[in-house]
Amino acid sequence: METTIKFYQTDTFTVGNRLLSESERSVQAGMQRTNALNSGHRACQGCGEALGARFAVDAAMRAAGNDLIACNATGCLEVFSTPYPESSWQLPWIHSLFGNTAAVATGVAAAQRVKGTKTRVLAQGGDGGTTDIGFGCLSGMFERNDDVLYICYDNEAYMNTGVQRSSATPPAARTATTVPVGQHSNGNVFGKGKSVPLIAMAHEIPYVATASVADLRDLEAKVTKAMSIHGARYIHIHVPCPLGWGADPAHTIKLARLAIESGLFPVFEAEHGEITGHRAIREQVPVEDYLKLQKRFAHLFRNPKQVAVIAQLQAIADRNIRRFKLLEKSSLNTGGTAV
Amino acid sequence: MLKQIEGSQAIAEAIGLCRPEVICAYPITPQTHIVEGLGQMVDRGEISPCEFINVESEFAALSVAIGASAAGARAYTATASQGLLFMAEAVYNASGLGLPIVMTIGNRAIGAPINIWNDHQDSLSMRDSGWIQLYAETNQEAVDLHIQAFRLAEELSVPVMVCVDGFILTHAYERVDIPEQAQVDAFLPPFEPRQILDPIHPVTIGAMVGPEAFMEVRYLAHYKQMQALGLIPELAEAFQEQFGRDSGDLIKPYRSEDADTIVVALGSVNGTIKDVVDELRDAGMSIGSLAISTYRPFPHKAVRSALEHVKRIVVVEKSLAIGIGGIVATDVQMAVAGLHKPVHTVVAGLGGRPITRDSLRKLFHRADSGHLERLEFLDLKHDVVHEEIARMEAGRRSGPIAENILHSVGTVASQIR
Repeated sequence: METTIKFYQTDTFTVGNRLLSESERSVQAGMQRTNALNSGHRACQGCGEALGARFAVDAAMRAAGNDLIACNATGCLEVFSTPYPESSWQLPWIHSLFGNTAAVATGVAAAQRVKGTKTRVLAQGGDGGTTDIGFGCLSGMFERNDDVLYICYDNEAYMNTGVQRSSATPPAARTATTVPVGQHSNGNVFGKGKSVPLIAMAHEIPYVATASVADLRDLEAKVTKAMSIHGARYIHIHVPCPLGWGADPAHTIKLARLAIESGLFPVFEAEHGEITGHRAIREQVPVEDYLKLQKRFAHLFRNPKQVAVIAQLQAIADRNIRRFKLLEKSSLNTGGTAV
Repeated sequence: MLKQIEGSQAIAEAIGLCRPEVICAYPITPQTHIVEGLGQMVDRGEISPCEFINVESEFAALSVAIGASAAGARAYTATASQGLLFMAEAVYNASGLGLPIVMTIGNRAIGAPINIWNDHQDSLSMRDSGWIQLYAETNQEAVDLHIQAFRLAEELSVPVMVCVDGFILTHAYERVDIPEQAQVDAFLPPFEPRQILDPIHPVTIGAMVGPEAFMEVRYLAHYKQMQALGLIPELAEAFQEQFGRDSGDLIKPYRSEDADTIVVALGSVNGTIKDVVDELRDAGMSIGSLAISTYRPFPHKAVRSALEHVKRIVVVEKSLAIGIGGIVATDVQMAVAGLHKPVHTVVAGLGGRPITRDSLRKLFHRADSGHLERLEFLDLKHDVVHEEIARMEAGRRSGPIAENILHSVGTVASQIR
């Protein structure tokens, strides 16, 4: 069984599993993967969140020896996976509310402590449930350093309710509530929003990381690493949403990769409030390459082209490159990324 | 063991005897002493094993209890007033998920204007949330109800609120008989969850339910709660056998069998009402009282049969359904529907206004002589409200009512006798 390869990924920079030794192969490559979020759910074609969740949860399951409980916020992930009487979850799973997932996970973890079990706890939600409505409970969970891995699947808006702006929506993006109108509006405003990974670091929790569905091996490795640590841990995964972004479902991975390589989505790791690693970019691509593939930025490219706005976005990307030292040699050693 | 003890401390000790496994603590007046007491007990190892979790809000407090309960732990928290409203979303969620959480409510008014004193607006605002609601008359009953509440919650897999009048009970020192651990253990078996988050037998809890099944789920929640109407008297009887005390049950009639007038109320005010009833009975008035111990599910049959023979019903309630009158009175009216009994709603004691024997005596005399309105406000300062109404009707832009009243007549509190 161990030698069977069920899955391997091509068409990205990720190395095919056939070329790797068994110990380096991805969780998804093995027949033993739990398929914890199984197929047949109702996610859209090309859904980045479904992909990210499958890889993250399976990696967490392997790391926990399948002894894992998942808590879920309200959102796409909950709605497309649990239309009663069906469920796509092959692990104990609870959904309570939109804003309380971190607190519910705290309760589940407390029950494990009091019962003396070794069962691990995973909490997950979208960017709305994490950066906005669930933020108070998330901060409380960080502050108490509860033994929970919280994963945010960031698709940069409230996709489940029809694409409204969240505090993770990038500047200039068109959403249902940041509609670019006339000469003076270019979509979502600049200088708003928040970086929950940086805020998580400010809580000095044991482990914070960002990851992307463009680099699933790195994602798996980070989940595995997070599971090797106890206490509050946070992983922020960038998951393109073809529907909300107005993009071709075939471009999900490509968009995620361009977000990294332009510098708009910095991939890094931090422990106890200090950045400990980053994923290097071989060559920075212009943000335009990323923006042009999405209808939510289409207003920037109509006549006249919003050169100044695009330059502002480029400046954000450039600042990330400097701030997270993204063009310097990668210091991530999470397995499978750099070759 | 008999103790002269503060109500909150007595409740904390009772909770401790129930062996909770997860306690969530967030401070809100007048609930604070309960979680403080529990924190000290956990610290001293008197409750073990137990996780005492300090949370960042009431919303988180109940959410943590939801997670803990779903994972099979006996979970407890306590709140009051704005805190209960802040956790409202989770209140409905806990009952929807059928989680047997027990929560103490230190009943307190809801702002604005901000007010920390006792009335029943907070818990009554959650009357339709699917939680069983029990109301304590004394601190002894508060202790006893908590012990029964866990058993009730866990047998039905429904959350239970034990409502205790803020300050009047929570901060009052009374003689309370705190049971022995062995007695409680004999009454309350370890928690066996109906459904649990278990990696060996994974279940999905909290799935999204569409129109094809939502009605049925709600119906079953109603059906399950109505079963409590049978179980609560059984538990009260079992409790009496075990502990020798008559506590809880659906209703508590007092000198009401042959009464023309019956006064209905929730909570601690029943003590004062009973004193006045005794006094008026001695003076020859045909009056009795009826304490409603179980407000949700509402014991319609029991209330109806207790009120069938009376000439008039006076509901004294510490809450106001703005725009209609009384919350509890509406339930009582439903219970006696078709009997053609006049039901008088008396809104009293809002925001901690004392309900004095003197006021009740005058009220009951008026009731007895047939001079009571359908809706009354006990000890309302008519001159104050008339002045404000005149100001509003004069067409001036009036500011916040409370500020206007304070400005024109000085502090209201100083005028309370």
